[in-house]
Amino acid sequence: MKNDKPLGQLLKEQGVSRRGFLKYCATLASLMALPPSMVPAIAEALENARRPSVIWLSFQECTGCTESLTRSHAPTLEGLLFDHISLDYHHTLQAASGQAAEAAREAAMAENKDKYLLVVDGSIPLDNPGYSTIAGISNLDMLEEVAEHAAAIIAVGTCAAYGGLPHASPNPTGAVSVTDIIKDKPIVNVPGCPPIPVVISGVLAHFLTFGRLPDLDHLGRPLAFYGNNIHDRCYRRPFYDRGLFAHSFDDEGAKKGWCLYNLGCKGPVTYNACATIKWNEGTSFPIEAGHGCLGCSEPDFWDLGGFYNALPESPVDISRLAAYGIVGGAAAGVASGLLNRQKKAQATATHETVNLSDLKREEKS
Amino acid sequence: MNSGELLFWVRGTGLSIAVVIFTFGMLVRLLEIFMLGRRRNLAELRSNGIGAGLRTLIMRSIPPDRNSMRRSMVTVVAGYGFHIGLLVVIFLLAPHIQLFESLFGFGWPAISTPLVDLFAVVALISLIVLLWHRLTHPVVRYLSTPEDYLVWAASFLPLLSGYLAYHHLWLPYEWLLVTHILSVEFMLILFPFTKLAHAFTLFIARWYTGVIAGERGVET
Amino acid sequence: MSKATLERGVAILKEQINGPVAAYFSSCVHCGICAEACLFYTETGDPAYTPINKLEPMRRLWEQEYTLFGRLKKAIGLSQPVTDSELGEWSERVYDTCSLCGRCSMVCPVGNDISYMIRRIREGLAAAGHAPEGLVAASTRSVEIGSPMGLRLPALQAQARHIKESTGLDIPFDQEGAEYLVLLSSMEVINFPEYLQAIARIFKQAGKRWTLSSEAFEATNSGIQIGVSDIARELATRVVVAAEKLKVKTVISPECGHAYTAIRWEGPNLMGRRFPFKVQHILEVLDELRAAGLFKTEGMEDTRLTFHDPCQLVRKGGVIDQPRNLLNMVASDFVEMDDHGTMNWCCGAGGGVSAIEEAAGIKMKAFDRKKAQLEGLNVDTLVTACANCRIQLEEGLEENEMEIPVVGLTELLADHLVEDDSHD
Repeated sequence: MKNDKPLGQLLKEQGVSRRGFLKYCATLASLMALPPSMVPAIAEALENARRPSVIWLSFQECTGCTESLTRSHAPTLEGLLFDHISLDYHHTLQAASGQAAEAAREAAMAENKDKYLLVVDGSIPLDNPGYSTIAGISNLDMLEEVAEHAAAIIAVGTCAAYGGLPHASPNPTGAVSVTDIIKDKPIVNVPGCPPIPVVISGVLAHFLTFGRLPDLDHLGRPLAFYGNNIHDRCYRRPFYDRGLFAHSFDDEGAKKGWCLYNLGCKGPVTYNACATIKWNEGTSFPIEAGHGCLGCSEPDFWDLGGFYNALPESPVDISRLAAYGIVGGAAAGVASGLLNRQKKAQATATHETVNLSDLKREEKS
Repeated sequence: MNSGELLFWVRGTGLSIAVVIFTFGMLVRLLEIFMLGRRRNLAELRSNGIGAGLRTLIMRSIPPDRNSMRRSMVTVVAGYGFHIGLLVVIFLLAPHIQLFESLFGFGWPAISTPLVDLFAVVALISLIVLLWHRLTHPVVRYLSTPEDYLVWAASFLPLLSGYLAYHHLWLPYEWLLVTHILSVEFMLILFPFTKLAHAFTLFIARWYTGVIAGERGVET
Repeated sequence: MSKATLERGVAILKEQINGPVAAYFSSCVHCGICAEACLFYTETGDPAYTPINKLEPMRRLWEQEYTLFGRLKKAIGLSQPVTDSELGEWSERVYDTCSLCGRCSMVCPVGNDISYMIRRIREGLAAAGHAPEGLVAASTRSVEIGSPMGLRLPALQAQARHIKESTGLDIPFDQEGAEYLVLLSSMEVINFPEYLQAIARIFKQAGKRWTLSSEAFEATNSGIQIGVSDIARELATRVVVAAEKLKVKTVISPECGHAYTAIRWEGPNLMGRRFPFKVQHILEVLDELRAAGLFKTEGMEDTRLTFHDPCQLVRKGGVIDQPRNLLNMVASDFVEMDDHGTMNWCCGAGGGVSAIEEAAGIKMKAFDRKKAQLEGLNVDTLVTACANCRIQLEEGLEENEMEIPVVGLTELLADHLVEDDSHD
């Protein structure tokens, strides 16, 4: 489990050439919009990194984040990175289980006190701690205990970052995010359902190189990857601007690859790197595959009004309300109108003829 | 509240409140006018006025002659700039048409977003010119009440926030979107209680004036 | 005992608000374009004379009494009631500086007929006792004597005798069964007697039977100008009664502006019934006679001349082409003013303004607009078809030392009339 060899050596032993390694560092640098001059620094930092101890806590989650990050049809550097980071605790990936697993966690915490990285996926239920426990310990307790001496926390996936699916209305478990509970540690949110693998490694590489987390946006996401919304980087944007939309999934527009705005794409309000970095090593992303963006890296994306309702559509039946307004207004308007007519009729009925003598004010003596 | 929740609220509850107040209020306004009506004209009329009424309905959008236009050049040009710009932005922008489609059940073709953007800029500049005019021209300043300035702001905000949102300027996009929708809802609520109602009542006014003149054989 | 009070004025003002008025007040956006069409603003630069501003008391009353929101505001004490001093302050704006010319109604972009509303707000002001002294006096004379200028029948009969002496033509009175009942304005009888003479000659030529009425010869209606429908009705009724008694086919309104409005457009509505006779302006009749070839003219005026369109006749009356058809019979060098026809500028004296002594100064200031129209046009003669316009134009031209004689159209035609002696 534990291996004190530096990362560079480990990668070499795995058959990753120096050239390949440097190319990876250059890719990371450009992805994070760091200048080429930083590449050697990144290379040196990664090369000599004494794999930081990483404790991975999985709470109310579906394991999709782990799947995304560790899936490799062909070995990817992300995969290797995770294989060789001292992943001292991870439900899915670790060999140990039960008491032994918990003991390993506690040992890692003690040995790397204030230096280990805490990665969390899944949300934390607050309504009843019993909804999600590990070895009898509630998610809340375990999070607070492990976070206390962590160097930094990475909340992976929308569940850990914002509550995700469990948080969706009506939120039966009282699910909350990591930032709702931990207030005194540096936390990076890496949302997505799941997140893009290279975003993780980019954050880690940054941490290893500079000793701190990268610049974050107002929702705690690394700006390098979440600084633009999908809409602004989408290759179908020219169709949006020209007003060419698909209206169903198999119509002419869909076949021609037109904009999917009408089919519920949440691209304009979703910040992620899908449109540029894409998935499966740049193969494609949902819009390219013909399905609108779900907005999965945004808080409460499950409650944004329906995956297939276009953004401007109201989640409420506005037409019906408008009809009520019209009917109500008509009734009130007729009533007011009748009052008007009555008032005028009365004024006319009580009209006293204006005679010559009525044209001048009485002289007050 | 995060931006997603707020966005959900403004597009849901917020819009509901605004639409109900708007429809209710405008119906009341219109019926109050119609039900007062106009007594039948017993004079020997040159025409029934209907043709003249329709003509005035449309032609009043244009100054009656060049001299009159010259005397009110700023108001005419900036007025056109604002109204045409506003109408293009509201009715020919793709996301807006999407909203209408969800409300009415039918939409119509949009024009390209950068072109709409140009009209938005024209509308914004026109509004600024009109504000300057309102503050400096003796007649308009004399006539102006606090309501005029409130309505100006209510008309300016949706255009400005929409422009900022589209160009991702200043605040994060979702917040601009929230501001934009809120400002539109604010404007909708103001409609029945301010001169904004003219958007509907002017057709009644023009009609009546056209008929009254047409009965006397005068085209206006 | 005078019943003129604020409450009376407000009560009567309430009667004046109808669909059009409500639509107009709802639609005004304070754009100020109406001011640029009003000669009382353009020549003084005083924004208080902005047409829509002249209606402010009525607007507030409409809001407070006839709108749901306004009534709610009133109930919680947030509205400003119409006060007596306000109505007093508005008298100058509604009477002295408005001739009911209707030019503002032509330019309003939202389609407000502002002059329509001014006619109505006068009802309220007058009933509250805030009508100008001059109009009250004119109305009194009209009702009691039969003429706003105090003209009585003997004076008219004397004029008829003069015409008989100089032309040999009889001026018929009270001829039952005549086709036309001719009305006259006191102004014409006193200042422009050529008009009556011209009519007599042209009708003789055309072979048309016409008559005056000794009971109702006055065409002008002070009630319209002061804005009191009860008085306007009284005055109009005299004409209608006489016309019905004499069983005429058509009543002719003379060369006067508001007289046409009074009898042609307001009359039936004031009296609540249609008339069994037609009402036409003298120019409409003359144009019909011209078209039917019933009278001929010879020779042309050799001067350069232009036509001043009386507002009530052209813009408010629809008699637009007839003056031009007739003028073209006798004018070889007829040029139009820049703003002519329905967009003509008012002379400044209509709508009762000429009867208001306090308005004499501002009336002359307003004339600057007409002066500007004439400058550069280089005309030698100014033709018009309203006696009140004529007086104002003559006065204004003299004040500005412009030597342009003003001529009435009917008399101009008569000057060129081909008279057939066999009609004797």
